[in-house]
Amino acid sequence: MMSNTSLIQLSLSQASQALRQGETSSVALTEAVLSQISQADGRLQAFLHVSAEQALAQATSADQARQAGGTHHPLLGIPLAIKDILCLQGMPATAGSRILQGYRPVYDATAVTRLRQAGAVFVGKTNTDEFAMGSSTENSAYQVTRNPHDLERVPGGSSGGSAVAVAAHMAFGALGTDTGGSVRQPASLCGVVGFKPSYGRVSRWGVIAFASSLDQVGPIGRTVDDVALLFSTIAGHDPLDSTTAPNPVPDFTHGVSALPDLTGVRVGVPRQYFIEGIQPEVEAAVRRAIEHMRALGATLVDVDLPHTEYALPTYYIIAPAEASANLARYDGVRFGSRQAETDLWALYEQSRGLGFGAEVKRRIMLGTYTLSAGYYDAYYLKAQQVRTLIKRDFEQAFQQVDVMACPTAPTTAFKLGSKTNDPLQMYLEDIFTLPASLAGVPAISLPCETDSQGLPIGLQLIGSAFGEARLLPIAKTFELTYQN
Amino acid sequence: MSLNTETVERIAELAKLRLTPEEIERYRQQLSAILDYAERLRQLDTSQIPPTATVLPLHSVFRADQARPSLERTLALQNAPQVADGSFVVPAVLDEN
Repeated sequence: MMSNTSLIQLSLSQASQALRQGETSSVALTEAVLSQISQADGRLQAFLHVSAEQALAQATSADQARQAGGTHHPLLGIPLAIKDILCLQGMPATAGSRILQGYRPVYDATAVTRLRQAGAVFVGKTNTDEFAMGSSTENSAYQVTRNPHDLERVPGGSSGGSAVAVAAHMAFGALGTDTGGSVRQPASLCGVVGFKPSYGRVSRWGVIAFASSLDQVGPIGRTVDDVALLFSTIAGHDPLDSTTAPNPVPDFTHGVSALPDLTGVRVGVPRQYFIEGIQPEVEAAVRRAIEHMRALGATLVDVDLPHTEYALPTYYIIAPAEASANLARYDGVRFGSRQAETDLWALYEQSRGLGFGAEVKRRIMLGTYTLSAGYYDAYYLKAQQVRTLIKRDFEQAFQQVDVMACPTAPTTAFKLGSKTNDPLQMYLEDIFTLPASLAGVPAISLPCETDSQGLPIGLQLIGSAFGEARLLPIAKTFELTYQN
Repeated sequence: MSLNTETVERIAELAKLRLTPEEIERYRQQLSAILDYAERLRQLDTSQIPPTATVLPLHSVFRADQARPSLERTLALQNAPQVADGSFVVPAVLDEN
């Protein structure tokens, strides 16, 4: 039997293979990650809730199911972490907000249901910026999660807790959600793989809503195979979410087939993603990664995404507008915290005024303003029209290329507190991830190098809508051949 | 684009958020800066461009109109701050007169 330290070093796919070959058990894997959580999470603060007893019970059932024989899903008995914005019965769900303190979901998110059916083990719920609004996880009402590569730096966000759980070996994989980069950017800053599927791939049922036309559940793992396995398990049409697509889901449950090389693959290099203000080491590393793809046989194509500079203002009109409507449900009546007041309006205003944090209130205010009478056409409708232009940019580019390659984030992990006072500075962190979200296309962040301070740099590969079957084999081929 | 205090107070009222005077002033400045930044969208002529509300080629999605089990009442009330007789409790909305 392997030691705890060697067990937690395994990738999800390796752990699955070790289980299949009888080299370890789910209980051993679960004990190993729980022990790592108790050693490391006091410093890192990735988890809002750890459920050791439940996890061990699930692991025991998984081991019994395996002993009973037959064929099993590769996730049977694998310990995972779930962002605290997905509902998971038996654990609290706070979305990182005071207003949901003590909330216990009464049903599972569809993504959770599918993992549960596969036999996965849930070790706990991970920290997030409040309602997924943020790029550093500093907007959580509960705790500040730290980057395992440097404890004085942010892990990125909003799925910072999930990225840290995977990077620090406290789970074999995790789910996050990505509205404007919230899976890819923390994966980049923590040196792990983060994948946002096409919009419509994964059900949003049971995912606490932020911006419904953008929100998408995405997996975080240590390898392309790991995120692909999680993706294939959670994706697919769900009658409970009418925006899930009927398109068949590529089956990566037994891994992604790497290509022999990248001959014939056209890689777009969008010139608007190599701009002033990007950290020079990030640009240099990403250019070397792209050069590596050419050395593997890929054809590099300069592509134009002319409306890229408008993605940030477009996103910061559309997402807060949708958020202001979605967050109207927190009224202090049916769930969530409530301030005792004698009249109903005061109850609403006081419960919401005290229950929401600063960034959430800022976005509700912004969205309420842009949706209000007299401003709708000037802001919200205008932003939706520009969104069409951004989407068309991608459609035109994908007539010439198979994937696009660019940085995931303009910088490596920044110091805690360094961007919290200036919302626009923080919003710029998402400048390279927002366009793919607005266009609804899949995108993956892969670790490529580290900067001079040892901080991870992420390469982002963007695919065409529902083009995961093309994107992920290219990503895996890069991963297998790139040494840094 | 500079918002005035009255406008910010009106937005807070529409959004049902009770804010302190300090919050009102902070949001006045920050929202003004964000809206200024959003002004650059006006550089684009979008008069002939349809809006994108969803990236999917979706129209109305229909399902059969069939009754199916829903949450049990006790579960639906489980997270409520105050319940009585199987209902959510709120302060009186209409006075007795």
